[in-house]
Amino acid sequence: MTSLDPRQELAQRLELDQVPPANFASPDDVRTRLAAQGYLSDEAIASVTFLADRLAKPVLVEGPAGTGKTALARAVADATGARLIRLQCYEGLDESKALYEWNYRKQLLRIQAGRGEATGEEWSHLEEDIFAEEFLLRRPLLEAISATDPVVLLIDEVDRVELETEALLLEVLSEYQVSIPELGTVRAHQIPMVFLTSNNTRELSEALKRRCLYLYVGYPDVARERDIIVERVPGISSALAEQIARVVRSLRTLDLKKAPSVAETLDWARTLVLLGREEIGDEDAAATLHILLKYQTDIDRATKELLGRGKTVA
Amino acid sequence: MLNLLGDFIAELRAAGIPVSMTEHMDAARAMQAIDLGDRPLVRAALAATLVKDGDHLPVFYTAFDVFFSMRSWSSAEELLNPQEDETSAPTGANAPGPRRGSGGASSTMSAEELAELLFRALRDGDANALRRGAGEAVTRYAGMEPGRPVGGTYYLYRTLRNLDLENLERRLSVGEAGELAERLARDEARARVEMLKAEIEREIRERLVEDRGSQALAKSVRKPLPEDVDVMHANREEMAQLEHALRPLSRKLATRLARRRRRRRRGPVDLRHTVRRSLSTGGVPIDLRFKPPRPNKPEIIVIADISGSVASFARFTLHLVHAISSQFSKVRSFVFVDGIDEVTRLFEGADDPADAVARINAEADVIAFDGHSDYGRAFSVFHDRYAKDVTRRSTVLILGDARNNYHQAHPEVLADLHHRARAVFWLNPEPLGYWNSGDSIINQYAPHCDRVVECRTLRQLEAFVGELA
Repeated sequence: MTSLDPRQELAQRLELDQVPPANFASPDDVRTRLAAQGYLSDEAIASVTFLADRLAKPVLVEGPAGTGKTALARAVADATGARLIRLQCYEGLDESKALYEWNYRKQLLRIQAGRGEATGEEWSHLEEDIFAEEFLLRRPLLEAISATDPVVLLIDEVDRVELETEALLLEVLSEYQVSIPELGTVRAHQIPMVFLTSNNTRELSEALKRRCLYLYVGYPDVARERDIIVERVPGISSALAEQIARVVRSLRTLDLKKAPSVAETLDWARTLVLLGREEIGDEDAAATLHILLKYQTDIDRATKELLGRGKTVA
Repeated sequence: MLNLLGDFIAELRAAGIPVSMTEHMDAARAMQAIDLGDRPLVRAALAATLVKDGDHLPVFYTAFDVFFSMRSWSSAEELLNPQEDETSAPTGANAPGPRRGSGGASSTMSAEELAELLFRALRDGDANALRRGAGEAVTRYAGMEPGRPVGGTYYLYRTLRNLDLENLERRLSVGEAGELAERLARDEARARVEMLKAEIEREIRERLVEDRGSQALAKSVRKPLPEDVDVMHANREEMAQLEHALRPLSRKLATRLARRRRRRRRGPVDLRHTVRRSLSTGGVPIDLRFKPPRPNKPEIIVIADISGSVASFARFTLHLVHAISSQFSKVRSFVFVDGIDEVTRLFEGADDPADAVARINAEADVIAFDGHSDYGRAFSVFHDRYAKDVTRRSTVLILGDARNNYHQAHPEVLADLHHRARAVFWLNPEPLGYWNSGDSIINQYAPHCDRVVECRTLRQLEAFVGELA
């Protein structure tokens, strides 16, 4: 059995003249090129990104807030020299905001401008005319599909839309095309990389999950977090970064309402550098813990557990 | 490879991970696109195509280790060749890693030397030495016998017992002064010892695969998904997983219920309004008008047995019910052992149900006599004090295994509550087969309940609570 390469197959379906070359040569290639953009990936992230490119499939990235899901899409766009098109999802998002909309004001103008000459037979003319691409407002999904330059499509926080709205995405995700009743089907001119992110506030539909590769991005381990800190915080010593990463790991093992994210860790690291610290003493930690933790109960618990102090700390 | 992949997917499905046909095909395609000699890459590819839920990943990794064990991982040719069984371990020559060759040579090591080797491997983070040490430890202490049909946990326990991990952890965590520094050193030591444990577990699993074959072993090391763990018999690790799974679960349930409520927007036809609208169409009711829906929010009364055997189940249920309390007009909670106490106040003050649940044990006054569950007495006291609050709007939820320790049952009290309430449901965390055995008297209470539901896992619990709202 000889089966076509997935990219080749998709290119055929999209009726492209040639198969667009893959963006990445190997998972290691993904790793080095993302690292060049300041994004440190791990084994899973690099492998799945590579596969997504090779299989021409969207990636569903799931994980706690602030672990670099959106940053991944941005880094991939930068690494491949593509334009990032972002669709931010929210409750109530509909197709006129996600796919396309007819620019009816312009259509009205067109009709008014042509008034008088529109006799019976010219009406069909006009009708054809006002449903032309000229009067189409492209929203992110259509924009990504019809782009001729390389793009990366990011559908952010897809778990925020209603279950019914998810269905809007399915055609784009599996066929890389958008059907517009008045115009016909718009097919992609290239194979864009697609990332969907989700904070897992609700179960996504099976149909959506089936069309995507799944990538779970959890909190990084100590070594990777240290490297991220060193990479993103200028002027920090690697010893301090290591210590910061360890404190954050210990915090994450506590039962907190909101565990510190990578973004918060970076904020904390920047603060410590600004304060000119070379290592974290008990006092510094107690004084700056509020940068990492956003609930008073969490701060109290962390102070008690990590610094061994009870209510005496004000 | 296709055969092996098929078997592997069958195992995932048996463990409860839903894998569709399309996903199977995607996995097969991914295998064609990548270098099969690269084990981590194959693992990532299979995970990305087959598993679509982060909570399912641990189960996937276990199954992967069994089916694609490191020892049998020699080269792509072997995998692509369907005749060859993946479990027939290749000879030492082409097995990766230094561990195989050194296994026999280092068996002369003394116990002290082994402890020292492990200590140094963990201190320096030397993965190769750690692997060698783990292999040695298993050879030495696990006492593995070929063909013995026991699960890996038995061997793991035997090995770990002999290694004195506490001492190892203490030695690793000596270090700087200061509260924070000490704590960090301790956490670091613990993380490293966990690495050793994982390594030993993996080693044992690989040896078992060699001995018994992947499929037989997969069955015995299969772990249930968090939502399928039996709450009453969960071990400590599973309990932690459950606690962890509960918060997103209740959040998802609340989102789903709120959405369902919003969608049922229409009430019955509003005749008056419709007739008025119809005047403009000459009395023909073209445009139907509807009454706004009446939110049907039940009032919930939870009565939970919190004696030792069913405590964790009660905790989970209370947590879940209160987490979605916005879906009910009112939630009142009572807990009992042989006395009964209302704990609603604990939940009212707390912004996180978990905090309130944690306080129940300390603050609820539930022990009247000997601290053994007494359903009859608890119901009677409840009836005396609160029966007037149970109305046609209240749904009563009773949690417990109905193991009454041979006390008086007083089913007539429950009968009266049933008469007053809209509905009485009983959630029993015991498997159906154990009901009415020993001191379980569920059949005396069952006639006075609208439904008695077996509720052993989070999945069952979620389904029930979802129906309730």
